[in-house]
Amino acid sequence: MRFLGFLTRRIVGIAAVMVGVSIITFAISHVIPADPVAAALGDHATDQQIAAFRAEYHLDRPLPEQYLTYVNGLLHGDLGRSIRTRRPVSDDLFDSFPATIELSLAALLVAILVGIPAGVWSAIARGRLPDHLVRLASLVGGSIPVFWLGLIVIGLFYYQLGWLPGGARIDTFVAPPPTRTGLYTIDSLIAGDFEALRSSILHLVLPALTLGYFSTAVIARMTRSSMLEVLGQDYMRTARAKGLQERLVVMRHGLRNALIPTVTILGLTFGSLLSGAVLTETIFSWPGLGRYATAAAIALDFPAVLGVTLLAAIVYPIANLLVDIAYFWLDPRTQRG
Amino acid sequence: MVNAASVSVRGLRLAARAAPILGNPLNVVAIALIALFAACALLAPLLAPYDPLVQDLGARLQPPSSLHWLGTDSLGRDIASRILYGARISLVIGVVVVVSAGVFGTVVGLIAGYAGGLVDEALMRLTEVFLAFPALILAMAIAGALGPSLTNAIIAIAAVTWAVYARLTRGQILSLRQREFVEAARAMGASWVRILWHHLLPNVLAPLMIQASFDLGSSIIAAAGLSFIGFGAQPPTPEWGVMISEGRNYISTQPWLSLFPGLAILLAVGSFNLLGDGLRDAFDPRLRRSD
Repeated sequence: MRFLGFLTRRIVGIAAVMVGVSIITFAISHVIPADPVAAALGDHATDQQIAAFRAEYHLDRPLPEQYLTYVNGLLHGDLGRSIRTRRPVSDDLFDSFPATIELSLAALLVAILVGIPAGVWSAIARGRLPDHLVRLASLVGGSIPVFWLGLIVIGLFYYQLGWLPGGARIDTFVAPPPTRTGLYTIDSLIAGDFEALRSSILHLVLPALTLGYFSTAVIARMTRSSMLEVLGQDYMRTARAKGLQERLVVMRHGLRNALIPTVTILGLTFGSLLSGAVLTETIFSWPGLGRYATAAAIALDFPAVLGVTLLAAIVYPIANLLVDIAYFWLDPRTQRG
Repeated sequence: MVNAASVSVRGLRLAARAAPILGNPLNVVAIALIALFAACALLAPLLAPYDPLVQDLGARLQPPSSLHWLGTDSLGRDIASRILYGARISLVIGVVVVVSAGVFGTVVGLIAGYAGGLVDEALMRLTEVFLAFPALILAMAIAGALGPSLTNAIIAIAAVTWAVYARLTRGQILSLRQREFVEAARAMGASWVRILWHHLLPNVLAPLMIQASFDLGSSIIAAAGLSFIGFGAQPPTPEWGVMISEGRNYISTQPWLSLFPGLAILLAVGSFNLLGDGLRDAFDPRLRRSD
């Protein structure tokens, strides 16, 4: 019951935030000084063309009416038509979203697989060389511009060493797998196409490492700090006094408890991944939401910009909700109140 | 006499506060790096060997040498000089974003936390809405809508940064407003403005300073990112994100075009983050123990 109450409160909260989000995205796009009509049709459009364009996109209506039209469309899954691609925005988002999800999940995987062991190692070796190295790497990870890191790894691993591909999702000579999930790695596995799987994994390595570095740094710091706190607890001393091996003490008693705060920041990390994806996708020519958003914003393509911003603002609280649910189950104290 | 005594007491208090900060060698390194960054920014016209905008097509794409310490770009402009002038722009971005977002967010947080009830509810819902957006995507939408320029990029970044200060301040105020010293001030008839300004604000400054230190760095990165994709400073402005973008097509042959401006960002942001860590450790005894 407590869980249902918690879930209901969170979903109502998210719905309220979504109303605010839709007002803000709409306001951003409709109080701008730049002219979307000129951007879409160019300087040589006739008056009739301009009028038809304004009518098609409801730009000739009062702002409140435009907003209501927009929200009504949203509730029916209609995000409008992109000025740049001339396709429904929902179709564009549907096409580009899986690429971003694949990249973000791969980056998150990197962050978890590297960040947690690094944080544990750093805490155990507190004050010694491994600790200093992990802390330095975390400081750099939190301070490095992702777009610059992307360029440097492309320069090094693609141009200089030739080890890894420097852009796109799959080799031009390899046919993409039949679409099931839109995630090339998963779809290749489903289709049993190992050539496509190999190519899509290789193409994922550099962008995922680039995007994942910041989150790796955040997770390593968080794990280190909560691990240090846990290592000083009485139950750790008891476990050692029972004669358990140090490895078991750290893994079974220490890490399990230290991971709880780390899990809570995974949701927040996902938000930073979405932001970072904009720049990473631009660098690596990765055909996801970020590249779509950049192209749309440059072209003053309001419906598309609104669509991406809205989708990102929906995904972020939902990711946080999922993390909260995981936290609810992980930490029995939250269930007792 | 009274003045001299109060000044010396204030001096002692300041020294007591500075001691845990300056006692950590990493903080000293961070402060030294920030001072270096500020000196480069302020003294750029004196330090820069060349005009950052003057083109010399005869000396284009030169590798680092004694003439051009960090090489030249595709128009023959001296990269070291452009980086020095770029420090000015980055410092201005960081300070303007942090001051404007910090002041606005703190005022919102103070009002929400102190007023409580419906005002708090409304202001916190607004804050939540801004926190729901991934920062760069919202900043990009705002910067794209206002038109690409450095000023608009600063407005966009400030617009997505203030909410953190509001939430932070409000949380602190909630835990402070029932404390005895606030009750005492209220009982003595102090106005709510006086209570907020003289009694509550000084007690929330430490976490705000820590946040400001991190945001100085993150706003420099965000502005460089926006400039990199075309929504911030525009060429030929010697802004670090613009410089990295201009060097993008030469990354395989003349990597120094992008390498050095990126290192400048890393160093500047890293020093603010290092200082933020140090301030947090110094102000939060719980963290100091676990660190």
